[in-house]
Amino acid sequence: MLQMFKWKTGEFSWVDFTIDVLRILIVLAIVVGSWNTLSEGRISFAQWVNLFIAGLSQGSIYALIALGYTLVYGILLMINFAHGEVFMAGAFSTVFLAEALNRTGFLNQSPVLAILLMILFAGLVSMTVAILLERIAYRPLRGSPRLVPLITAIGASFFLQYTFRGLYGSGFKAYPQVKILQGVFQVGSINIPKVQIFVFISALVLMFALYWLVERSRIGKAMRAVSENKEVARLMGIDIDWVILFTFGVGGFLAGSAGVINGMFRPQGVNFFMGFIPGIKAFTAAVLGGIGNIPGAMLGGLFLGVIEAIGPNLVLAGLGIPGANQLKDVIAFTMLVLVLIFRPQGILGERLSEKKA
Amino acid sequence: MDLSGSQTRQTIITLGLLSGALILFTGAVGMIAAFHEREIVRDFITLGQLVLLITPFIFGYTAANRLGMTGEAPIVVLGGGIIIGLLTALPTTIMLLFNSDEFRFLLDWALRLAPFVLATAIAWRLYRQNVETLTVIGSWLLVAVLLGIVTFSLALIFEVKGELRSVLVNINRDWVEVVTFDHRKDLMRGIFIFSLASVAAGFLGSLCYYVPRTPRRALFYGLSVTLLVGAFGETVRLVLQENLERDTLNQLFRRDTLRGNAALGLLVVSTVIGYLWAAFGDRARQGFQNLGGQQRQTTGMIGTVLFVALLLMLPWLIGRTLSDVAVTIGLFVLMGLGLNIAIGLAGLLDLGYVTNYAVGAYILAVMTSIGPLGLMKGTFSFWMVIPIALLAAMFAGFIFAVPVLRMRGDYLAIATLGFGEIIGKLAISDWLKPLIGGAQGVQAIPKPIFLGTELKNPEQLYYIVLVACLITLFVSIRLNNSRTGRQWMAIREDEDVATAMGIDTARAKLLAFTLSAATGGVAGAIFAAKVGSVFPNSFTVFISINVLSLIIVGGIASNPGIVVGAVVLIGLPELLREFSDFRFLLYGALLIMMMINRPQGLIPTKIVTHEIRAGVKAKAAAGD
Repeated sequence: MLQMFKWKTGEFSWVDFTIDVLRILIVLAIVVGSWNTLSEGRISFAQWVNLFIAGLSQGSIYALIALGYTLVYGILLMINFAHGEVFMAGAFSTVFLAEALNRTGFLNQSPVLAILLMILFAGLVSMTVAILLERIAYRPLRGSPRLVPLITAIGASFFLQYTFRGLYGSGFKAYPQVKILQGVFQVGSINIPKVQIFVFISALVLMFALYWLVERSRIGKAMRAVSENKEVARLMGIDIDWVILFTFGVGGFLAGSAGVINGMFRPQGVNFFMGFIPGIKAFTAAVLGGIGNIPGAMLGGLFLGVIEAIGPNLVLAGLGIPGANQLKDVIAFTMLVLVLIFRPQGILGERLSEKKA
Repeated sequence: MDLSGSQTRQTIITLGLLSGALILFTGAVGMIAAFHEREIVRDFITLGQLVLLITPFIFGYTAANRLGMTGEAPIVVLGGGIIIGLLTALPTTIMLLFNSDEFRFLLDWALRLAPFVLATAIAWRLYRQNVETLTVIGSWLLVAVLLGIVTFSLALIFEVKGELRSVLVNINRDWVEVVTFDHRKDLMRGIFIFSLASVAAGFLGSLCYYVPRTPRRALFYGLSVTLLVGAFGETVRLVLQENLERDTLNQLFRRDTLRGNAALGLLVVSTVIGYLWAAFGDRARQGFQNLGGQQRQTTGMIGTVLFVALLLMLPWLIGRTLSDVAVTIGLFVLMGLGLNIAIGLAGLLDLGYVTNYAVGAYILAVMTSIGPLGLMKGTFSFWMVIPIALLAAMFAGFIFAVPVLRMRGDYLAIATLGFGEIIGKLAISDWLKPLIGGAQGVQAIPKPIFLGTELKNPEQLYYIVLVACLITLFVSIRLNNSRTGRQWMAIREDEDVATAMGIDTARAKLLAFTLSAATGGVAGAIFAAKVGSVFPNSFTVFISINVLSLIIVGGIASNPGIVVGAVVLIGLPELLREFSDFRFLLYGALLIMMMINRPQGLIPTKIVTHEIRAGVKAKAAAGD
């Protein structure tokens, strides 16, 4: 906080000055863009609500992936850059199960059971990948300079992408449609696609399960202890290696289940590169909420999803930029950079910012 | 055979299973089948078969080394080699059986039994560790249920899908053909041959441990030279084509593959040379070191002059196709040297280097294009725009650096990665389409003209790249030894301490980003002129990863390392087309392995090596 107000102490720093100018420009752009859009009134209230809800569903998927980043960061202070690929592994593997379930007709006969099976399968596949990743690539590097595990993680990310490309082929594969998730829910004049509700609710259930695990269970207590202080936790008789492995496993499971939910949600299908961009976005979400902070990651994910849905239409279209929806990703990545500049400790995460600095 | 020592048993089984897993993995991702397309020696061995054989060989040798070191008897060591060979063949054999029609039922049974067997194994281990009975039963249940879900799903998938191939696309006929050594019809015979070959390779590997050092090294040199020449047959032929008669060439090669007798001759010759080198090489090196300072300097000078002469003559020696590859390698050397200023010298992990490359390319494209998007329509020549591209890239580097000056380490890496993605999305967007053409890009970029001749061949473009590389190399060496270079190194080591020492870290970091961007811009501009058009698809995160990988593999902060890294990582996939599909798979694996085993890179600098050792010592002292 002190650094932010450095200029008040009379010491002039041109870096601060440039950043302040940047801040003013961004606020200006947002205000002008939104003003223009709202005063033109091209988009109705119902459409805004629709965008908002679509953003929430997309955001809940980001939140599930972001939890994996946050859990690992909380314990190891390392960015598991390959986490997006863990997500891909589950989603890509389960598309075959979904096809098989669809072919036998089970998917539409008892969709709840079928989707539960898919989520479990995807979660377990991703969990296996995450655990192998930790065991093979990250464990030997524990305690080395910070960039070393990051470079390893980048390597692991590309290794996993191209492994799955080799295993399952490079084409897109689409999840089959589930009948009960088709159609819309009508609330007044607003139509909400059923699949979005499904996505949001199942993500919420998973997030609460995780919250319970971390806050209430024995292993959760151990996880919190390890993230607080590894050495002391070891002295208290906690098996650190096992806790770290478990953390990777839980993060992987959430990512895998997010993969299935994502598959139901997005009809364009899955392929080996599908995890990269959501991975970066989920990291953004994790930073947004304060990395290392579990409720923060959930909140950050939802927030990012909404901004990504509304931002292009509200701000960019208002500034007269054509094809604003193409720039969705630009908004997300700009958010990432802005958060890292202006509030690296995130919305909720004060605790870890000290550790980091 | 006495395998009583549990340590010995464990070494052999671990290495054997690792080797087997490697073979199965390379097969399942399609590497073996793809490599089979390339014959190393005509009608004798292909690259795919080489992978199958060399893996148990290497693992057999490694195991023999470890076992021999602990003083095991020869029979144990050699037996270990045989077992490793068998274990290498095992996973692939199982997969072959699963894949066949007759033994398909094995897969079903394996999937049915796996949960119980594995759960029992885990529970047994827990029981042996004196865990409470209730916990043991609980974990048995948990593992059995979870694994049951997975195997049930897998069984369902394979039941519905029929063949394994419809899920695992590379467990296909081609693969079966290769691993059974062309006995797809008679599977049992194929498996027998495969296992036998694998056992023989493992045994030979362990046998190598008992060969005296000098002949072993000689054989190693000879085999590697022969196999390399064979694998790169196409390239070698292209080089020889420039310098040899057609008839002589045809005696050595048939199309692009080495003939059997030529390979044998090459093996003998290179082994003899290798023997001489292994026997007398050390003495020669000793002699060089004993030379006086003056003489040594002269020898060094002669070496440098010869090297530069070779670089200058390269296009004539290697012909057009390879010159093209050389230009690509040169562009990456240029970018590697540039990015090294940020990563290697100042320790700023910049993952958005592609930004500078894109800026350079688009600036050149828009300024010189004679197509509809050209701004100047031919009034600006390549040579005038190169400095503009350089300045523009530096400006872009500066602009993007200002917001990230306060960030450190991993946050910086992700933020720069974000910049790279932003640039990519902007390049393809409709918003900037009127300026830079959106997805269609910018076409009709004229070639550079030098003293009236149009430099349109790669042989000619090569010199532009060469000059750019040499200038960059010079600047980078000078920077390394300058005051700024020392400041960067101080920041790399510890930013807080550097600040405390009175270094203006913001200024130094900004300088590092700006300078490192410059060569990226030049490389982009040359790339645009070489291709003649610019598309947004050329500017993805893969460029950044490529450059990063070559720096890491070659050796961080090491200029010769970067050149070697570029030749290996960029040249190899260009020359061996079979590699190109697996390029990023191998890069990824390489990055992980380098970070774990050799973080200082292939050709490290003294400082970095020292730092890493010091770091390890500090870690050991801290008891971690």
